[in-house]
Amino acid sequence: MDSLYHFFETFIVSYDLFIAAMFLTVGITVCAFMFALVFGLFFAFLKLTKIRLLMWISDFYVWIIRGTPLIVQIFVLYYGLTNIILMPTFWAVTIALAFHVGGYLTEIIRGSINSIDKGQQEAGSSLGMSAALTMRRIILPQAFRRAIPSFGNQFIIALKDSSLASFIGMQELFGVANLEGSTNFDFMTYLLVVAVYYLFIVYVFTMLVRFLERKMSVSD
Amino acid sequence: MDDKTEIIRVEKLNKYFGDLHVLKDIDMTVMKSEVVVLIGASGSGKSTILRCLNFLEKNDSGTIVLDGEIIDPKTHNLNRVRERVGMVFQHFNLFPHKTVLGNVIEAPIKVKKIPKDQAVRDGIELIKKVGLSDKINVYPSKLSGGQKQRVAIARALAMKPDVMLFDEPTSALDPELVGEVLATMKQLAEEGMTMVVVTHEMGFAREVGNKILYLHDGKIIERGNPKELFENPQEERTREFLSKVL
Repeated sequence: MDSLYHFFETFIVSYDLFIAAMFLTVGITVCAFMFALVFGLFFAFLKLTKIRLLMWISDFYVWIIRGTPLIVQIFVLYYGLTNIILMPTFWAVTIALAFHVGGYLTEIIRGSINSIDKGQQEAGSSLGMSAALTMRRIILPQAFRRAIPSFGNQFIIALKDSSLASFIGMQELFGVANLEGSTNFDFMTYLLVVAVYYLFIVYVFTMLVRFLERKMSVSD
Repeated sequence: MDDKTEIIRVEKLNKYFGDLHVLKDIDMTVMKSEVVVLIGASGSGKSTILRCLNFLEKNDSGTIVLDGEIIDPKTHNLNRVRERVGMVFQHFNLFPHKTVLGNVIEAPIKVKKIPKDQAVRDGIELIKKVGLSDKINVYPSKLSGGQKQRVAIARALAMKPDVMLFDEPTSALDPELVGEVLATMKQLAEEGMTMVVVTHEMGFAREVGNKILYLHDGKIIERGNPKELFENPQEERTREFLSKVL
């Protein structure tokens, strides 16, 4: 009973710290995911060009991303980026995370574009639409709809992976928990508190994805 | 035919899929307002001819002349060419994320750059014409096969093509839905649309076709008006085919 009381007390006392950190976590993740979509689209298109060099570049990118731990990528990119240009830690972390997520999105986007029936491209062509116009107006909207569940999955993974930003000094959710836990000599309680925040955000975004999926499937 | 303008002329068309010689020295002409029907067994090359006519497949040799202009896939902008050649597919290929109207107005707005309100007006008119005015804002998934195919016809017509190609437009339909699509095509033919039709519907070929081409193994074996070809086929292979399908 005492420890439950202690948990809630900690939860309430640390409320404003964690709320601020939660917005930072969501901010990093949302920004990173936006950029990741751009990376993913770009490298998926390279792969779809069927030009060997470009396909190789795309494969190489995905190989590096999938083949090395995120923490290594964050450190390398963070120190690399901030070495070349001065930028706030927020953006260095966001770009590093985006680069990482983009690797996974590349494969998801490529797969969903390929899954669209070839007849759609032909229908576009037969109406005089260029390949690029057909891609933009016909193929991509359908591919994105089809990819929504995978995007949602990847977003949630990214949300939790953003906790690694604490290792380069970002005071996002995990960073705050880490700091508060060590200053108050009470790690376990703060870890449990932060877990509740993560569970809450993931729940909200899961609902959001489910809503999007339902809304988009009306036309299928 | 009163009108003697030539819309399509094909000369010595050859097409290979790898080592497979699928079209052998195809010669054919399509005059304005004519309905040319290609018949023949599966795999005889009917659909491939059609797909060559709007360059979804590139011919390996031979010439394709459209409205008096030789089309060279290497130098012509094929998208401009395809604007003039409408195509209706066996599996409809409607855009599932767009409504019936959205399907019809997409290309006029994005390719022909027609103002949206005009495209919508023309689109509604076309949808009415194929008998679907109550489905204007419906998504394709809510339509029957026959309705889908009629939307596909309206979509192709929206580009105001000089000629319409029909690639087995009723083959994927339940038997009771075939009639409505054929009726729409017949109506088009009566309005003077130039059409090239690949079909297994011999009734339609006989009634609506002006010229029948019988294909066998990538070659046009026999050609003629429906009366000649159906009632008095000259070639043994044509007779054999017709005895199976009639």
